Amino acid sequence: MEHTAGFSLPNSGHNRDAEASKMGMWLFLFTELLLFGGLFIVYMVYRSLNPEAFLLASFELDVTLGTFNTVVLLVSSMTIAMSITAIQKGNSKLSIQLLVVTLVAATVFLIVKYFEWSSKIHHGLFPGQELYASLPPGESLFFFLYFFMTGLHALHIIIGGIIIGVVVYRTRKGLISSEKYTLTENAGLYWHLVDLIWIYLFPLFYLIH
Amino acid sequence: MTNTALSLNYLQAKKGIFSWIFSVDHKRIALLYLYSIGTFFLVGVTLGVLMRLELLNPGKDIMEAQTYNQVFTMHGVIMIFLFIIPSIPAVFGNFFLPIMLGTDDVSFPRLNLLSWWIYIIGAIMALSTLLFGDGPADTGWTFYAPYSVKTGTNVTMSVLAAFVLGFSSILTGLNFIVTIHRLRTPGMSFMKMPLFAWALYATSWIQLLATPIIGITLLMIVAERVFGVGLFDPSIGGDPILYQHLFWIYSHPAVYIMALPAFGIISELLPTFANRTIFGYKAIAFSSLAIAFVGYFVWGHHMFTSGMSGPARIIFSIMTFLVAIPTAIKVFNWVATLYKGSIDVQPPLLYALGFIFQFMIGGLSGLVLGALAADIHLHDTYFVVGHFHYVMFGGTGFAFFGAIHYWYPKIWGRMYNKLVANIAFFILFIGFNTLYFPMMIVGLMGMPRRYYDYLPEFHLPNMISTYGSWILATGLLLMLGNLIAGSRRKREHIDRNYWKTGITLEWQTLSPPPVSNFDRMPVLPKDGPYDYDHKPEIKEKED
Repeated sequence: MEHTAGFSLPNSGHNRDAEASKMGMWLFLFTELLLFGGLFIVYMVYRSLNPEAFLLASFELDVTLGTFNTVVLLVSSMTIAMSITAIQKGNSKLSIQLLVVTLVAATVFLIVKYFEWSSKIHHGLFPGQELYASLPPGESLFFFLYFFMTGLHALHIIIGGIIIGVVVYRTRKGLISSEKYTLTENAGLYWHLVDLIWIYLFPLFYLIH
Repeated sequence: MTNTALSLNYLQAKKGIFSWIFSVDHKRIALLYLYSIGTFFLVGVTLGVLMRLELLNPGKDIMEAQTYNQVFTMHGVIMIFLFIIPSIPAVFGNFFLPIMLGTDDVSFPRLNLLSWWIYIIGAIMALSTLLFGDGPADTGWTFYAPYSVKTGTNVTMSVLAAFVLGFSSILTGLNFIVTIHRLRTPGMSFMKMPLFAWALYATSWIQLLATPIIGITLLMIVAERVFGVGLFDPSIGGDPILYQHLFWIYSHPAVYIMALPAFGIISELLPTFANRTIFGYKAIAFSSLAIAFVGYFVWGHHMFTSGMSGPARIIFSIMTFLVAIPTAIKVFNWVATLYKGSIDVQPPLLYALGFIFQFMIGGLSGLVLGALAADIHLHDTYFVVGHFHYVMFGGTGFAFFGAIHYWYPKIWGRMYNKLVANIAFFILFIGFNTLYFPMMIVGLMGMPRRYYDYLPEFHLPNMISTYGSWILATGLLLMLGNLIAGSRRKREHIDRNYWKTGITLEWQTLSPPPVSNFDRMPVLPKDGPYDYDHKPEIKEKED
């Protein structure tokens, strides 16, 4: 810093350090995995206690919509990875376009999720509603976990979308370039995590029979 | 500009409240933490003294049973989440980790500030239950379901506060890990790092890997309270034992979040005041990691009486005993460090010795509780209360006080009165043992914890214990008064190496340090951080 005229440390915490930022992001992703890990444990325990109820309840979910959303997310993961390559090669315009495609995919995912959720809520399956209260214990837990885990996941989609929006803004301003693209990479890492968690949620709720 | 700026230290560089609460300087953030943590500690102490007052005589003394339940819950929540978990890492870790590594800040200075703000928000949420809603939680700090789901008190807010505080803890841990990996001064390999940095490294990993579990568990409690989803309430198909598992998966490792940094402090204090190298550097460094690792697999020992299969209990019991090995390695190495050292008895050393004595009692009583047969008798008795206060307060608390007395001249560039500090230590030491040792005895006699009343045959030890709490409070006030009085003294010149025998890098810079920590490149001793045979010469002024 400017205060120490004539002397500055080579290893300053105020230096730009892409490695440090990425390491920080990886560590943060670790904590995210564990956050969902707690829920996976709960799912595992209650599924093994109520296998039939979980099976019955899972028939209520629409596999087609779930599959569609999975494809959407996988594609968005690909586009954000491509956007990182684009910025590495100095093509900020293409990078921005690919990021916008990712954002569109995120929005599509959320819209589909909205229709899925609202049909369940319409049937009264949301925790606290009448039908929910009358369900046998195992089935109500299935729906609680469905809403809780996909809800938490959707929250992550929204946060990821905001981060990608920031990346778009900064790339447009020229703050992100082929010399300095750690933020794009970190946004990509985060987005892959969101994708990865969905890849586990999808079979757990929609596919296991 | 540059000349005057150079002569200003971090305390003088900028003025005004905003230059503090929005500072990204790790030293200022450390002090923000110190003042906020210190305040909450005093609130916690007050609640503790009130509890002891209630227990002075059998029957009702000063408060109703329900109030007592809320007071001990609040005492636990404040002391655990607001004081002891952040205490050493957030204050001394923040201040001295970068300096000991020879750098000018942590890797993410703004994230560091953010974690203090999150901490403050969490603290306000926790304390708001005193004023708003249906009163503070009465569940105990463990929030055990199904009671926490059913009680009318304001559990939701307390639980959300713990969730928010966990976030702050994660961010601090993340910052420290990256700092240790990326910002060590050239030439400082991992095996040449000070042991305090090693302890913080192990702690940070636990913070990172355990805290998310409690976060999600606490959110489930909120969901259960708001929607009645049937997760932990057996009457609607839930499993309360699952809650206990999830809770302790975090909260047992959290015990090491509280203890490991204290071990690091002791490993710094002893070489300085024995004026010789630490005995068994590698053993101490790796035993921290070993404790962090094994500590993950022992949570079940909190649940021996909750209902678990026989083999599970035996495995948890064996794992619990395993933790004793790396812990004992540390204690033996500390004692061996003192052996044949030229010991300089100063206030910080007294706290370190007090730590070793009290922590040993705490640790050994932990083994009693880890033994299955003994635990059946002692579970939820005052023996447990005595045990963890010996470990947490007698251990970590005393290490915290030792650290303040050790680094005081470095942090503020002033000095407290050493004679008063010594007297305060002895009052604290006597008060502490008078307060908590009778708890162990009364626990062995069978007095259960968490009741505001007790049978007449437990009267004598309870009385002694309450008297102890008054002695302890006196000692605390004297210590605090002495520290505050020291900071009001006229500023005098404090040498870089105040204790003459300090060897880690913080003793090579000015007291207090300049904004960017060093006014010249720090020099490492030749063979590791405690190489007293090749001490770098520390000149006061450049010639």
